[in-house]
Amino acid sequence: MPESASTYSPQVDALYFYLSGVTVFFTLLISIVLIFFVVKYRRRSLYEIPRPIAGSHKLETLWSVVPFLIAMSMFAWGAQIYFHQYRSPKNADEIYVVAKQWMWKIQHSTGQREINELHVPVGRKIKLIMTSEDTIHDFFVPAFRMKADVLPGRYTTQWFEATKPGTYHLFCAEYCGMNHSGMIGSVIVMQPTDFDNWLSGNASQQAPSVAGQQLYESLGCVSCHGARGEGGRGPSLVGIFGRKVFLTNGQTLTADESYIRESIENPQARLVSGFGPIMPTFQGQVSPEQLIQLMAFMKSLQVTGPQSPSPATTVAPPAAAETSRAPTPSAAAPTPR
Amino acid sequence: MQAPETFETPAAERVNYLNAQYGLKSWLLTKDHKRIGLLYLGSISFFFLIGGLYAMFIRLELLTPQGDFLSSATYNKVFTQHGIIMVFFFLIPSIPATLGNFLVPLMIGAKDLAFPRINLLSWYIYLLGGIITIYALLAGGIDTGWTFYVPYSTTFSNSYVIATGAGIFISGFSSILTGLNFIVTIHTMRAPGMTWFRMPLFIWAHYATSLIMILGTPVIAITILLLAFERLAHVGIFDPANGGDPVLFQHLFWFYSHPAVYIMVLPGMGIISELIANFSRKNIFGYSFVAFSSLAIAVFGFLVWGHHMFVSGQSVYAGMVFSFLSFAVAIPSAVKVFNWTATLYRGSISYDTPMLYALGFIGLFTIGGMTGLFLATLGVNVHTTDTYFVVAHFHYVMVGGTLLAYMGGLHYWWPKITGRMYPEGWGRFSALVVFVGFNLTFLPQFIAGYLGMPRRYHAYPPEFQVFNVLSSAGASILGVGLLIPLIYLIWSMRYGRRAEANPWHLPGLEWRTPSPPPTENFLVTPLVTWEAYEFAPPEELRVIGVFKEDESLENADAVIDGRPT
Repeated sequence: MPESASTYSPQVDALYFYLSGVTVFFTLLISIVLIFFVVKYRRRSLYEIPRPIAGSHKLETLWSVVPFLIAMSMFAWGAQIYFHQYRSPKNADEIYVVAKQWMWKIQHSTGQREINELHVPVGRKIKLIMTSEDTIHDFFVPAFRMKADVLPGRYTTQWFEATKPGTYHLFCAEYCGMNHSGMIGSVIVMQPTDFDNWLSGNASQQAPSVAGQQLYESLGCVSCHGARGEGGRGPSLVGIFGRKVFLTNGQTLTADESYIRESIENPQARLVSGFGPIMPTFQGQVSPEQLIQLMAFMKSLQVTGPQSPSPATTVAPPAAAETSRAPTPSAAAPTPR
Repeated sequence: MQAPETFETPAAERVNYLNAQYGLKSWLLTKDHKRIGLLYLGSISFFFLIGGLYAMFIRLELLTPQGDFLSSATYNKVFTQHGIIMVFFFLIPSIPATLGNFLVPLMIGAKDLAFPRINLLSWYIYLLGGIITIYALLAGGIDTGWTFYVPYSTTFSNSYVIATGAGIFISGFSSILTGLNFIVTIHTMRAPGMTWFRMPLFIWAHYATSLIMILGTPVIAITILLLAFERLAHVGIFDPANGGDPVLFQHLFWFYSHPAVYIMVLPGMGIISELIANFSRKNIFGYSFVAFSSLAIAVFGFLVWGHHMFVSGQSVYAGMVFSFLSFAVAIPSAVKVFNWTATLYRGSISYDTPMLYALGFIGLFTIGGMTGLFLATLGVNVHTTDTYFVVAHFHYVMVGGTLLAYMGGLHYWWPKITGRMYPEGWGRFSALVVFVGFNLTFLPQFIAGYLGMPRRYHAYPPEFQVFNVLSSAGASILGVGLLIPLIYLIWSMRYGRRAEANPWHLPGLEWRTPSPPPTENFLVTPLVTWEAYEFAPPEELRVIGVFKEDESLENADAVIDGRPT
């Protein structure tokens, strides 16, 4: 067994033991029966012809149904673990990961940057928000039993809660070119107090949300989305993450990192209902890391007091949007995508 | 007691497909499916040797944790080319294009395949694809991994992606044509009395394989074309920098490449059904289930591609559906294993080389299949995918499965193909060496993988070294085990004992014609009045219509009568 250092590892290991048990059982069963038959029914005379046996539907049903039930138990157990792993908890600390050939760039929400190292405290839920600058990579920490592809132009997430202080391997698990096997690092799990010391020892750097605010101002987002993201000619950005967004084409979606990135790089792709196609594209002007900073800034925006809910805020769907979401093809919803 | 079988070899000098014509031209322009099968045998053996050479470099490099034998760039090319050569130029054509080509007409009592010229064309297409690929390897090679994942392959790799892709694209057509030929032949050219449910299971397996070849191969062709467009013209299909979607490529790629696994393993299962039934002189337990399970695998095989992508960022719910379907497709394979085992019950089991390979196949395929369940299980897949666990798993299926079946089949039909016996002692010995070497190579990789060693790593942390040393040691044994047959099979073509028409005393149609068969396969169109694997009592087995008008039957009778009882 590899080292086990996250809340998730024992769950995976338990299932792995179950699978190994079943595998060993069936492999032994088949081998023993096979060897027994091969020895017992060996050919004793060149001319012997055994009596034919057609088969048995009863037996065949038995050995279809029993493996199927066993397989279903594996499926259900595995799906349950996977589902749990892929639903990030709400209260997790967010850490940003940017992968590139051939290094891991990591930034904590408090501003600390690291390369090929990730310091995390024991017992706290950590959510990684990951993207790549070039090709596909994969963030793999065997001791945590977790792995997820890191894609260019997209944000993938995974979360963990470390349980044991120590230094663990971080591997890139998706082949990414010449120095793929050098794209490794370590995850350093520390006691919370040590971690806090480590944080304050590296505190000089700017938090991504602060950097994001500067970008927000310098790129001119302010003029349409408002100084504090309250909205105006453009939709409000306050509390945007996880919110339902109603689009001009009648569809709805839940805003996430990928949607925000798309709306910055290709604003016309999925317009928020009630707004015109006036936003210019920022493709090529914002690096993946800056995108992350902008998002960190958006996440830091607080809902302050009673807002004046212009139609812009789109929190409450107009009735029309409700109906056009019905599965019947409604002519009321043109889809200019 | 009377001899169980019918006739002995008629005069060895009789005209057969090998000595009917001589000269290079008679081979290069042949329309005889048997000669084309041999052309394929030669060419895929050549590609297997190249692929094996690359495997040797991989194992040498991984002996030590540091990347000290090859440079990273070279290592990446070596494992990529090992995969591409082995998958596209050995495993996919291996059984269908050689043994299938040779035996499909013989086993259903046909004179040839339905389209002999297309059959020859398919070999030339395969060769052209192969030559272009070899050119790409010599010109500088390719380093994308055999999976060609984008955007690495479209944007970042500086290697010969398009040339290699062209080679694979072209050789795909040979696959399609072979599949087409088999399907038409099996539908229209069965001998009188050879009903669908009298067909040997080898034929059922090839029928199912052909369906996949025809339906699946165009998808990889399209995928390679799109990849080439994007690489040449920067069309935004896959690379997000141009507005494409890299995960789309993975969907397209695996939509073919997962069914391709069944192109590789289904014909192998067909061979195993033949070997298990014939070398235990029993009809297969649950014939119709084994026959239909091949078709079921062919159909369901198209619905499980997403299990290669559980960590790729595809939706969690898609992952669940693909996981469920992957478990479903495992069941027909499991039932085959149980049915093969049950076939042995109360049989008359011989320990000839082909049977040793078949028994080895059952053991290794069981492990390969069961470890597939680990990977179908979502929670465990997340940890094990992209590690050596996956490498071990698919080698158990492709080497432990397909290659062992291929070796077993080659030995089994060798007397029919060449008219000579291979040396039995060496055969058994090398089968054993292959089995031991194989397990020593790939069992440690399961452990290394679960411990977290990622695949495609040129250098690795030192704690994994012990597993890699074991693996490399096993690979040398495996290599020796495969070299021995190469030597004695070639040797036996000239010096082997002459084979009778039916050296194994079996009822199948291919054994009711001389070894090697005449160009037209059968002297008289056979009439099939028996079920598959019907081992009639010895006295009835003597009555065979095939040679009625042949003079040599007199000799044959004499030989049988003269046999010790």
